[in-house]
Amino acid sequence: MNHVAEHKDHTYARFGMWLFLFTEIMMFGGLFLLYTSYRIRFPQDFSKSTHVLSLWLGAANSAILLTGSLFTTLAIFALRRGSRRLSIALLAGTVVMGGLFLFNHYLEWSKEILQGIYPNAPHLDQMARGEILYFGLYYVTLGLHGLHVLTGSIILGVMAIFIVWHRITAEDYIKLENSGLFWHMVDIFWIFIFPLYYLLH
Amino acid sequence: MSEAQQVTVSDRGFLDPRHSKYPWVFGWVFSTDHKRIGLLYFYSTLGFFLMAVILGMSMRLELLTPGGTIMSAQTYNDIFTMHGVIMIFLFVVPFVPGAFGNLFLPIQVGANDVAFPRLNILSWWLYIIGAFVALTSVFARTGPADTGWTFYVPFSVKDIHDVTWTVLGIIVVGFSTILTGINMITTTHFLRAKSMQWRQLPLFVWSIYGTAWVQILATPILAITLMLIIVDRVFQPGLFNPVKGGDPIMYEHLFWIYSHPAVYIMVLPAMGIISEIIPVFARKRIFGYWAMAVSVLAIACTGTLVWGHHMFVSGMSNMAVFVFSLMTFVVAIPSAIKVFNWTSTLYKGSVSLEPPMLFALSFIFLFLIGGLSGLILASAGSNVPLHATHFVVGHFHYVIFGGAGFAIFGGLHYWLPKIYGRMYNKTAATVAWAVLLIGFNVLYFAMILLGIEGMPRRSYHYLAKFTVLNVISTVGSWVLGIGLFIMVINLLHSIFRGRPVGKNPWGARTLEWTLTSPPPAENFAEEPVVTHGPYDFETKDEIS
Repeated sequence: MNHVAEHKDHTYARFGMWLFLFTEIMMFGGLFLLYTSYRIRFPQDFSKSTHVLSLWLGAANSAILLTGSLFTTLAIFALRRGSRRLSIALLAGTVVMGGLFLFNHYLEWSKEILQGIYPNAPHLDQMARGEILYFGLYYVTLGLHGLHVLTGSIILGVMAIFIVWHRITAEDYIKLENSGLFWHMVDIFWIFIFPLYYLLH
Repeated sequence: MSEAQQVTVSDRGFLDPRHSKYPWVFGWVFSTDHKRIGLLYFYSTLGFFLMAVILGMSMRLELLTPGGTIMSAQTYNDIFTMHGVIMIFLFVVPFVPGAFGNLFLPIQVGANDVAFPRLNILSWWLYIIGAFVALTSVFARTGPADTGWTFYVPFSVKDIHDVTWTVLGIIVVGFSTILTGINMITTTHFLRAKSMQWRQLPLFVWSIYGTAWVQILATPILAITLMLIIVDRVFQPGLFNPVKGGDPIMYEHLFWIYSHPAVYIMVLPAMGIISEIIPVFARKRIFGYWAMAVSVLAIACTGTLVWGHHMFVSGMSNMAVFVFSLMTFVVAIPSAIKVFNWTSTLYKGSVSLEPPMLFALSFIFLFLIGGLSGLILASAGSNVPLHATHFVVGHFHYVIFGGAGFAIFGGLHYWLPKIYGRMYNKTAATVAWAVLLIGFNVLYFAMILLGIEGMPRRSYHYLAKFTVLNVISTVGSWVLGIGLFIMVINLLHSIFRGRPVGKNPWGARTLEWTLTSPPPAENFAEEPVVTHGPYDFETKDEIS
C-alpha cells in the first residue's frame, strides 16, 4: 500500500519543502507587518528602545547562525563526497551553533529581565507606549524565532543520527537537504530580525 | 444503467480490510492510503457538521420568541461561538480538500497516491487533535469561548472564558490544513499521469489546486494571529491593548487577512464540485474551460486583497474603504464568469435532473443570491446600516451553506456511489433536496429581510416587531433539519443496502470513473493514458 511512501522522488520532496517555507515566511510576515505598522506609529520610541539591546550579542548571534548554515551546507557536500564522519561532525557543529545562539539569547534576555523589561512588568508598563510595544514584539518575535532555532537544531541532530544509521546516504540525502533548507530559512529570518530590532536607530 | 444492475459489489476495493497493514480501526487511523484518509476526513468532518447543525438549530429555537426562550444570553453566546468555530474550522474549511480532495484528486490526475502519504495521515491526526483541543473548552470550568468565531480583541484577551484552548485547537487544525495544501499542490505538479496535460485536468483538480495555494499562504497568518491572542492572554505584552500602545484594529486586519481568503478556501472547492457535476448531467463539454480554470486562480489571488470589507465600520480611512470596496467588486467578476459558464454549459445540453444535478442547479441559484447580497454589503454606503444586522448572517449562509454546503451535498450524491459502489434511492434523494431547498430559503431569506428591517445580529433577544419573521425563520430551520435527516438516512442506507452500481453510473469522463466502485487499493494497475479531455462527451473511446 505504501509503495509511494518509499518512492524517492527528490524533486517533489524539495518542492514540498519550499511550499512549507512559504508558510513560515507568511507566519513571520504577520509579525513583521505588526512591527511595520507600530513602528510607523511610534518611530521615536522604537529607535530609543533599540539602544537597550546588546548590539554585540546580536551581532555574535548573526555570525553564529551563518556559521551554522555554512556547516550544514558543507555537511551535505561532505556526505555526497562520501565522508560520512565529516558530515556528522559538521552537523554536530551546527547543533552546537544552535546551542550557542540560544545561550546568547539567555544572556540577553536575563539582562533585560533584570532591568525590569519583560511583558507585563511594572517597570516596562510605565515606559512610553511605543517602548512597551517594541519590547512586546521583541519578545514574541525573538521567542518564536528561538523556538525555530531549537527545532532546527533538533532536526539536524536527528539527521546526524540518521546518517549514523545509514537512513541518509550519499545517494539519498533529501531529508538532510530539506532540514538544511529549514535552517537556512531560520537564518534568513534572523537576517531581517537583527537589523529591525538591533540596528535601526 | 442495464449493465449496472448485473454488477455486484464482490470486490470491496480499498475498503477491504485485507488491504490494510493493521487490524480493525488501526487499519484506518494509521493508513497512508489517500482514499482511506479521505474517508477519515469525510466522517470526522461530517460528524462535526451535524454537531454544529444541532447548535445552529438550538440558536434558531432560542430566537423563536423575544427574550429568553430556552437559554440564557450567556449560553447563546457560547453556542453561537461554538457553532461558528465548528462549522468554519472543523467542517467547511477541511471538508472538501480533506475528504473529496484526498479521495479523488490523486485519482483524477492518474496518480496512485498523494505526494507525501505519511504527511497526509499526520495531517488528519493534527485535525482530530486540534478539534478535540478546541472542543474540550466546552468542559472548562470557566466555560467555552464566547467571543464569536472571529475572536475579536480586546474581548478575547480579557474574557475569563477558556478562549486559550479553543484558539490553540484552531492553530493545530490550521497546520493540518497547511499540510493538506502542500500535498495537493505537489501531487498536482508532479504525480500527474505522464499523458495528462494541464489542459486536461478536471476543474475539480484546478479548484483544489487554487484552494491549496490559499491554504498554505493564508493559514499561517491565522496561526500567528491566534498565537498572539494566546501570548496576550498568558504573558500580557499588550500587543493589541491600547493602554500599552497596541491597536485592536490591527488584530482585525490580521484576522481578516486570513479569514477573507478562508471564505474562498470554503467556496472554491465547492465550485470545483459544481464544475464536475454540471457537464456530466448536461452531457456537454464545460463552456470556457480555460476561463473556468483561470477564474479559480483569479479568485484565489484577488480574494487575498479584499479583507478590509469586513471592517468598513471600524473607522478606517475613506481611501481604504474605497479601495477595499472596489477590490470586492473585482472579485465578483471571476465569480460571475463561473456562473455564466455553468449556465452556458446547460444551454442546448442534454440535461438529466439526477439528484447531484438538482443540488448543483440549486447551488447556482443560492450562490447567486449570496453573491448579489454580498455586493450590497461590498458597497460602503449600504454596508454601514446593514453591517451589524441579520442581513450579514443571511448573506453569509447563502454563500457558505447555500454555496459550499449544497455543493458538498451534490458532491455526496455524485461521488458516494463511487466510494461505496452502491446507489442511494434517487426518489428519496430528490425529496430530501426539495425539502432542504425550501427549508433553506425560508430560514435564511427571512434573515435577510430581518436584517433590512434592522434586527441586530449576535443577540439572543430582539424587539417584538421582528417576531413574525423570526418564527418563519425558525420554522425554516425545522424544515431544513427534516431535509438533512432524510438525506443522511438515505445516504447511510445506500452504503449498506444500496443497489450495486458499475464503474460509471453517471457516464462521466474523468478518471475516477474508469476504476471499479469502490476504487481498488492501488488505484491504477498501470499508469492511465489520457486520450481525451475531462468533459469530452462527443468522443467515444475506451471509457464506457
